[in-house]
Amino acid sequence: MSNLSKVRHDMLPNLPPPASSVGVIGWMRANLFSNITNSVLTLFALYLLYILLTPTISWVFINSDWTGSSRDACTSGGACWVFVANRFDQFMYGFYPEAEIWRINLTFLLLVAQVLWLMLPNLPYKGMVAAVVLLVFPILAYFLLYGGSFGLEVVETHKWGGLSLTLVLAIVGIVAALPFGVLLALGRRSEMPIVKSFCVVYIEFWRGIPLITVLFMASVMLPLFVPEEMNFDKLLRAMIGIVMFQSAYMAEVVRGGLQAIPKGQYEAAQALGLNYWKMMVFVVLPQALKLMIPGIVNTFIALFKDTSLVLIIGLFDLLAIVQAGLTDPKWLGFSVEGYAFVAFVFWVFCFGMSKYSQHLENRFHTGHGSR
Amino acid sequence: MQSDAKKSPSAPSTKTRFWHDPAKRALVFQILLVLGVFAVLWFIVQNTLHNLESRGITTGFAFLSQEAGFGIIQSLVEYSESSSYGQTFLVGLLNTILVSALGIFFATVLGFIIGVARLSNNWLVAKLASAYVEIFRNIPLLLQIFFWYFAVLRALPSPRQSFQPFDNVFLNVRGLFMPQPMPQQGFELVWWALLIAIAGSVVLARWSKKRQDATGQLFPVYKTALALIIGLPLIVFWLSGSPLTWDEPALRGFNFRGGMTIIPELAALLVALSIYTAAFIAEIVRSGIQAVSKGQTEAASALGLSKAKVLRLVVIPQSVRVIIPPLTSQYLNLIKNSSLATAIGYPDLVSVFAGTTLNQTGQAIEVIFMTMLVYLTLSLLVSAFMNWFNTRMALVER
Repeated sequence: MSNLSKVRHDMLPNLPPPASSVGVIGWMRANLFSNITNSVLTLFALYLLYILLTPTISWVFINSDWTGSSRDACTSGGACWVFVANRFDQFMYGFYPEAEIWRINLTFLLLVAQVLWLMLPNLPYKGMVAAVVLLVFPILAYFLLYGGSFGLEVVETHKWGGLSLTLVLAIVGIVAALPFGVLLALGRRSEMPIVKSFCVVYIEFWRGIPLITVLFMASVMLPLFVPEEMNFDKLLRAMIGIVMFQSAYMAEVVRGGLQAIPKGQYEAAQALGLNYWKMMVFVVLPQALKLMIPGIVNTFIALFKDTSLVLIIGLFDLLAIVQAGLTDPKWLGFSVEGYAFVAFVFWVFCFGMSKYSQHLENRFHTGHGSR
Repeated sequence: MQSDAKKSPSAPSTKTRFWHDPAKRALVFQILLVLGVFAVLWFIVQNTLHNLESRGITTGFAFLSQEAGFGIIQSLVEYSESSSYGQTFLVGLLNTILVSALGIFFATVLGFIIGVARLSNNWLVAKLASAYVEIFRNIPLLLQIFFWYFAVLRALPSPRQSFQPFDNVFLNVRGLFMPQPMPQQGFELVWWALLIAIAGSVVLARWSKKRQDATGQLFPVYKTALALIIGLPLIVFWLSGSPLTWDEPALRGFNFRGGMTIIPELAALLVALSIYTAAFIAEIVRSGIQAVSKGQTEAASALGLSKAKVLRLVVIPQSVRVIIPPLTSQYLNLIKNSSLATAIGYPDLVSVFAGTTLNQTGQAIEVIFMTMLVYLTLSLLVSAFMNWFNTRMALVER
């Protein structure tokens, strides 16, 4: 019987998948041309890219001028980066005396070194470095930037400007707002009704008004609030306004971090006999701070972008100094170049930080599995 | 902890010391806090009164009825240079509300489109949408406003060389000039027809839901309502003899007169606000849609619903609940960000009131106080509305 069967005993080799479903063509069929609507959308998007990118690329790179010393060097019809190149030092350092610029460079170099130390995993003494960044470095930076002792010449704050001023404002805003934010958040979660209501009112008030009115208030009303003898610097006034404003936002970030800590941690700490401050400092805040870092980075990004508003009260941050440069009769008509440069600088900073914060969020996603 | 253990007495006494009782300690602490806050406030008030006196500024809101003496380039109500500061306040407030409302509308529409596009099957469309989000949310809003105002709109031609995309529509450096509809006698009927059509649509929607609940039959509510709302006023308009004329802009001297004008300040602010906020809304929409579990979509398709119906009936109602709270805070941000108008001279509240009025009168305390109060009130109103909307949406949940 068996020799009558027509059953095959050995399998045929597998056929390769159809050419239209693998490789570049397969990927394109699946992701770009899966049906008529998609194909139309793809073609439209390609067309859009073409009409947007070709003029932009030729304006930025191909037809642009990079070197020279005046507007006469711009002959190619594209972007005139000569404008930016000529004023680059001013855009970075404002009107800081040229001989003293090394002080700004040194300050930011120190800061970058410390921040890198904190960011790179597997480096020791992170706690100590963090303490130095938050407590020692600000004092050092003040003496370096403002001067007045250790044989350093005083540089008045109205000479500060450019990107360094933007960074100073944003970093001071975040670092000084952090302790206030922690206190406000603890107050908001406190069981003492008066403390709680004060904190809620403070936080909601500052979160409900625009930063511009805060800056207006700081520049117009703050001098009225203090005795006449006390005369605030314009920059200091702006900083006070920004810190008061920012601590409300920081408080909400800290509160989010505190809420993510399971109740068991509080109860365990109390069961060990720790009092409120010991419980917070040794058990809750160290865990919560880890969770808060992405949120803090995000508020830092928001603040970094918002510092551009100080131009309204007459401080020369990066945007303001470029805006002022655009009205220089020698360089009229290069507003697009100026704005493109500022946009590029802000974008690099903000995009980099937001990617870092996303990376942290993924890394920290391991903790308490409640989320 | 060890030191605590050493200190703790071997024989616990029943009577705790005053500062060891948490309730009493809290009371003392709070009393101290209240005293501290009042001391600071008192210090501020004393200084302020003294400073105001030495500068010869009288406090109070009497300045609101003084004549303002400056013009405002855009006003939704009657306003002239002889109007009072109170009217200035009103004009600024209305302009803020106008740009915020328009901005919220355009940002929402654009944000939803971009957010959905980020989830598209089409790789190119999805990448383009995420490029949009990453570019526009990482550039300061003020810079974007400057770009649109100084680099784009200032580069438009002068009134004599206006672009003319349509008949009687002119685009130039002074703004966009369009014919203005002027309702004549009898136009009220059209408004009534519109009102009736909207009421009819609501009734229709209720009836159709009732019928669907009872019999399972569907009725094309959206199409019918759309036809009703557009059709009925149109029919009434024709029947009443087209009671509408157009006030057309015409070039007189150096500028256009007549018609409707969108000033470049408004256009730049609106474009920048919408594009910037749309980038954030797109992210919210994307994460909201992704928050709906895949099983929901699959179950809905398994029931035989079409792709559009899966979106409309299953995915969106669930994602809306995730979307609304962060969307609310974006709306609030947009309202607050509209105050950047002052940087390009759009006459919003901060610009005409906290700017010009404050400089002219010197009434810093009152002006800043009123401005802050307006923003707080607007924030509260929007939050209240969105919370109401959120509860309504949440009710769908069982």
